[in-house]
Amino acid sequence: MKLETNELNGKDGAILKVQDIVCRFGGLIAVNEISFELRAGEIMGLIGPNGSGKSTVMKLIMGVLKPSQGTIQVNGAFINGLPAHKVAKAGVGIVFQHSKPLQRQTVLEHIKLALLPDEIFAIVNHAELNARALDIAKRVGLIHLVDRLPGTLSFADLRRIELAKAIARDPKVVLIDEPFAGLTASEVEEFSVLIRNFKDEGRAILLVDHNVKSVAALVDRVFAMYLGAKIAEGPANTVMQDPVVREVYLGGSLLVATRPELEFNRAALIEIKDVNVYYGKAQALENINLHVREREFVSVVGLNGAGKSTLFNAVSGMLDYSGSISFNSKSLQGISPAQISRAGVIQCPETRELFGELSVGENLEVAGLHLSAKARKEQSEWLFELFPILKSRISQAAATLSGGEQQMLAIARCLMSKPKLLLLDEPTLGLAPVILEQLSKALEKLRHSTDLTVLLAEQNVTFALPHADRVYVLEHARIIWEGKPDKFVSEMGHIYL
Amino acid sequence: MQRIPKTRLIILAMFFLIIAYSLPLYAKAYLLGLLTVAYYFGIFSMSWDLLFGYAGEVNFGPTFLIGLGAYTAGILNNQFGLGIYWCILTGSLASVVGGVLLALPALRLKGPYFGLTTLVAVLLLQNMIVVMADITGGEIGLTVPDVIAINDTANYYIALGVMTVSGFILYAFANSRFGLILEAIGQNPTEAASLGFNVTKHKLTAFIISAFFSGIAGAFLVFYFGSASVGTLIEVSVGVQVIIAAVLGGRRTILGAVLGSIFMISATEALRPLGTLSTFVVSLIALAVIMIAPGGFLSFLASKQESAN
Repeated sequence: MKLETNELNGKDGAILKVQDIVCRFGGLIAVNEISFELRAGEIMGLIGPNGSGKSTVMKLIMGVLKPSQGTIQVNGAFINGLPAHKVAKAGVGIVFQHSKPLQRQTVLEHIKLALLPDEIFAIVNHAELNARALDIAKRVGLIHLVDRLPGTLSFADLRRIELAKAIARDPKVVLIDEPFAGLTASEVEEFSVLIRNFKDEGRAILLVDHNVKSVAALVDRVFAMYLGAKIAEGPANTVMQDPVVREVYLGGSLLVATRPELEFNRAALIEIKDVNVYYGKAQALENINLHVREREFVSVVGLNGAGKSTLFNAVSGMLDYSGSISFNSKSLQGISPAQISRAGVIQCPETRELFGELSVGENLEVAGLHLSAKARKEQSEWLFELFPILKSRISQAAATLSGGEQQMLAIARCLMSKPKLLLLDEPTLGLAPVILEQLSKALEKLRHSTDLTVLLAEQNVTFALPHADRVYVLEHARIIWEGKPDKFVSEMGHIYL
Repeated sequence: MQRIPKTRLIILAMFFLIIAYSLPLYAKAYLLGLLTVAYYFGIFSMSWDLLFGYAGEVNFGPTFLIGLGAYTAGILNNQFGLGIYWCILTGSLASVVGGVLLALPALRLKGPYFGLTTLVAVLLLQNMIVVMADITGGEIGLTVPDVIAINDTANYYIALGVMTVSGFILYAFANSRFGLILEAIGQNPTEAASLGFNVTKHKLTAFIISAFFSGIAGAFLVFYFGSASVGTLIEVSVGVQVIIAAVLGGRRTILGAVLGSIFMISATEALRPLGTLSTFVVSLIALAVIMIAPGGFLSFLASKQESAN
């Protein structure tokens, strides 16, 4: 339907044309028959929750990954399957979300690097190169910093360097991954102006982000993805009202199930007070105060990059923080991750971190090595009851399991060591709804039949709320809301679109 | 990583060269002989630093390139009586050809596999030399009828001259736009490719440059020693010395590698009275330096105020 609108605007206007691209990783279809067009002077937002395949689409366009099927054209020339440096020469520039600058080169040298020819013995006019680099520095607002080293710059200025590099070769198509992640409100304004300038120069711009809200003010059009497929396309407002998009982000009906009897008499098992974490110059956590009582299930809800994993890593002792975190009234500050884990705080990381070449049984055995053989056997029997599918896969290598099975194994492996507190980081990442249901059932069983305490980090609110006695909302490194799940929808639901 | 101001580096290099070139006026022949070897090893280490420090590729087999150059030159002289300088030139070209044949498939590999391939190449070369003992001299070694010069001072100046020229060229490469692109590739190949740079082409060029200088220094060394043997030029432990020297001197500095080599060669020699313990002690010292100052000797030149605050 939407394609017709494009045709009305003139077929020849399309600079980037993506047709039916598919990308498979083994058995997983990360991108499934995605098609769209981008015209000169147009900004499109490519949105989708984590694991939806949007970043994969960006990498497919850039040539970092090769599509299994489908075609990509820039100005009528096919670029699918070309290596990245040829795609760049065909007129595509990219701003990666995480990129580290060279430490020994100045800002100007970084921009010059991006302007250099890909010929080893070509003759370069240094005066002209310098002038062009200075001109670009001026356009992105770095002119007063050209002689500085990256180590002395603010996070926003480091992002400016990346923007400068991406436009150095005068690309027709600019791909920007999470344009505003980690920026303050005023910096977001400045970057929006920059991106609009690129648009006014006639470039086609693709902004890749998690939700519509963050890019709505800037985009002409939004393309929404979920589990590798397109779910909606159109103006930002229309997409926000789209029932499928609402279902994906908010869920059809938000179920809540609190256990009121738990509120009163239990002591706090873990208490986090005034915790701050910095990654270099970027503040990843700001004055976090949070507690979880014994047997309580608490969800920390927030978008990607809000600081959820950072919070978990701080609790697990894997990074330095200021403030205090205490477990069972004992401070965890300065205690090694191994000791914290032996004390009963086990993290199930977002990335799962399974031993891919070991079998399901061996993965569980490793986690239970400190138990007696008998206890280990009992524990694994109980886990196989909780996740029956794992029993049938017992001698299969973990890497060959499906995503859902891997997630179950990751949780089972954590439970094997009989934790008191389970830190569960984004268990639903990239999983199909049917798997979510199985995970949900397992969590409910844990909640009602064991003494386990769980701190769950999720951006999938539909999954997080039903398993929570209490909810915290984390946004841009800060906790902005705390309360009962039943109040969440009315008070916080709007930020999830 | 701290930035070493270029002026400081150049002043140090000038200072070093003045001492080095005037040394034969007052130093004993013994010291000159020692430094002659150290200078050739310095070229090995500088060539290695171009690959590791800039392109980000760990070449565990510097001796593959060195050995190809050395043995090609030696065999041509021994078997066919070709003139020394023709032998040296052919030797360095053989290193380049061998290097390309190795690097073309190896650079396609990701992660630690490039390094492993280069390690295997050393073992292959070592075995080929032993198997083809008829022309290579096998385990006993290869003697060459010609030597560059019999005079210690002349040999010293030749080594110093070759090292100065090689060092100058390698330093110029590393500090040119080619070096800048290489450094970007070494740090993040995906991003460098997205900026329009052909990663394989640049890495291969770095490998060719590295191979050329390794080969040329290997060939010179044969005509200084008057012989070539697996133990002095090819064994993995020799390669490890080259690597340690480069890291000791200072990664990503090119010039530091020479200081590292002089340290390695002279410390091994000075501690020779300790017998088999000497290698152990030298390694221990090297380990201590790397742990205390990971940036190597030249990191002491880095300016403090330029680091982030």
